[in-house]
Amino acid sequence: MNILVCISQVPDTTTKVQVASDGISIDRTGVKFILNPYDEFALEEGLQLREKFGGTVTALTVGGETFKEILRTALAMGADKAILIKDEHKNDSYSVAFQISEIAKTMNPDVLMLGRQSIDYDSFAMAPMLAELLGLPSISMVSSLTIDGNLITAERDIEGGKEVLESSLPCVISAQKGLNNPRYPKLPDIMKAKSKPIEEIPSLSTDARISTMAMQLPISKRIGKVSGDSESEISDIVLALHEEAKVI
Amino acid sequence: MKHIIVFLEPKDEHSLKRTSYEAITAAKQTGADITGFAVSGTETALQSAAEYGLQKVVLAQHPLLDNYSSTAVAEALSQFASSVQADTIFISANATGKEIAPRISIKLHAGFIPDCNELSNDSAMRPVFAGKAKVHVKSNTPITVYSLRPNVFTAKSNPSAGVSISSFSPNLDESHAKVKVVSILKNEGHLDVSEADIIVSGGRGLKGPEHFTLIENLAATLGAAVGASRAVVDAGWRPHSEQVGQTGKTVSPSLYIACGISGAVQHLAGMSSSKFILAINKDKEAPIFKVADYGIVGDVFEVLPVLNQKLKALLGK
Repeated sequence: MNILVCISQVPDTTTKVQVASDGISIDRTGVKFILNPYDEFALEEGLQLREKFGGTVTALTVGGETFKEILRTALAMGADKAILIKDEHKNDSYSVAFQISEIAKTMNPDVLMLGRQSIDYDSFAMAPMLAELLGLPSISMVSSLTIDGNLITAERDIEGGKEVLESSLPCVISAQKGLNNPRYPKLPDIMKAKSKPIEEIPSLSTDARISTMAMQLPISKRIGKVSGDSESEISDIVLALHEEAKVI
Repeated sequence: MKHIIVFLEPKDEHSLKRTSYEAITAAKQTGADITGFAVSGTETALQSAAEYGLQKVVLAQHPLLDNYSSTAVAEALSQFASSVQADTIFISANATGKEIAPRISIKLHAGFIPDCNELSNDSAMRPVFAGKAKVHVKSNTPITVYSLRPNVFTAKSNPSAGVSISSFSPNLDESHAKVKVVSILKNEGHLDVSEADIIVSGGRGLKGPEHFTLIENLAATLGAAVGASRAVVDAGWRPHSEQVGQTGKTVSPSLYIACGISGAVQHLAGMSSSKFILAINKDKEAPIFKVADYGIVGDVFEVLPVLNQKLKALLGK
């Protein structure tokens, strides 16, 4: 099975966000960057599929030089190959999906695994966009996956329940928490991954379809009334919810 | 935004999903020509959109749309949008919208602005970095697909005289239906956090799964959904479907009541866009109080029964 796992690098979840001097992106000074948490589920699933069906796992990302770090993590977890589409620009989802699709076309993967969202721009767009560009089916936010021959059965969370879906290979899948428990790379594998080759591909330029005009920090509009736990104070809070906030 | 197509989803035989009414309300505020587009729904459910000012609905009909296939729905909507030369598509950023909106944007060579929480003419604001920043985004293409964050655009009653329903026959074949929904497993009997107007969430401060009756009782009084922090889901006290936060669900209810939740940044990421937040925690330094509108510093075991009793009295229950 030819498995392509698309990954991304994002600021650590605890990052304090500041706007950079360009006014449209985050200030990267002092920010710790990590492998996007949902991509760990995607990588793990790709590795488990290889363990079950044989084949190769290729990890691919679109980004600058620092994105090699997450490719090293993927190699340490067990990926066979790593590809960096070298693009330092601040792209929209479409231009990233376009570049991945052009490379994917040359690889004919059976399964493309992604995380359900990257936790920086939270667009949830990559899997369906990529699938559409490749003319493939896709299933997003998958929490359970079974492949039997050519048939895929997957469960995904929807509002108020779960959907059970069927599709066929080749297919694009985006991973949700609960799909598996990602492995921790072992120290010898981390060391070995440092000397493994990373294939670099120059960016394939395309026009961005959306542009960011400004990034701002949200202004807190919170009332911020904190009180004690006496019965009269609780009564006051209930009254405030009813008369001030008008939510009950 | 001159001609907006609003994607409509039925909830049951009588009504559409609230997110559909929200999208209609958002579209009405732009002053553009609006057409509702549905692939299923009874006459009564589609007519219910008149309450929010919709006048036209197009119902796409094709055997391949019967067994909901995201790829077929995306194709049908794209064909209709092209046929009427619409310049704007509104789709809720719910589970269905997250599947179809990006696909439609590719089919129509359209810019895609996901998860918008404010709209202006030909641009939008959207939260990024889990709500720690927001961006003002514009589209560079003649057609734009916007997905709208659920529970942000409040549906407002604005009745029209009625909805005229016409049908549309998309040109579909098996290649457009490579994904099929074979069944839906509903969480029967309780409201989902992603659909609720009020959420009562519990965290580690509840000390054990058996004490979630305190949360459930308060939720029952308010007609609210039960939510949970990652810690209690990971501990197996509550199902993952209830988890609010970075690896769970992002919610924007009118009222979020956080009980015994300290407010880790990953939890705040999922709930800080709630309209009002009430936090109850015995540690007055807990980060949850920094995002709360109202806070009670106290023991959840003592506060929750009193709060429930006061709310029952107010609501006449």
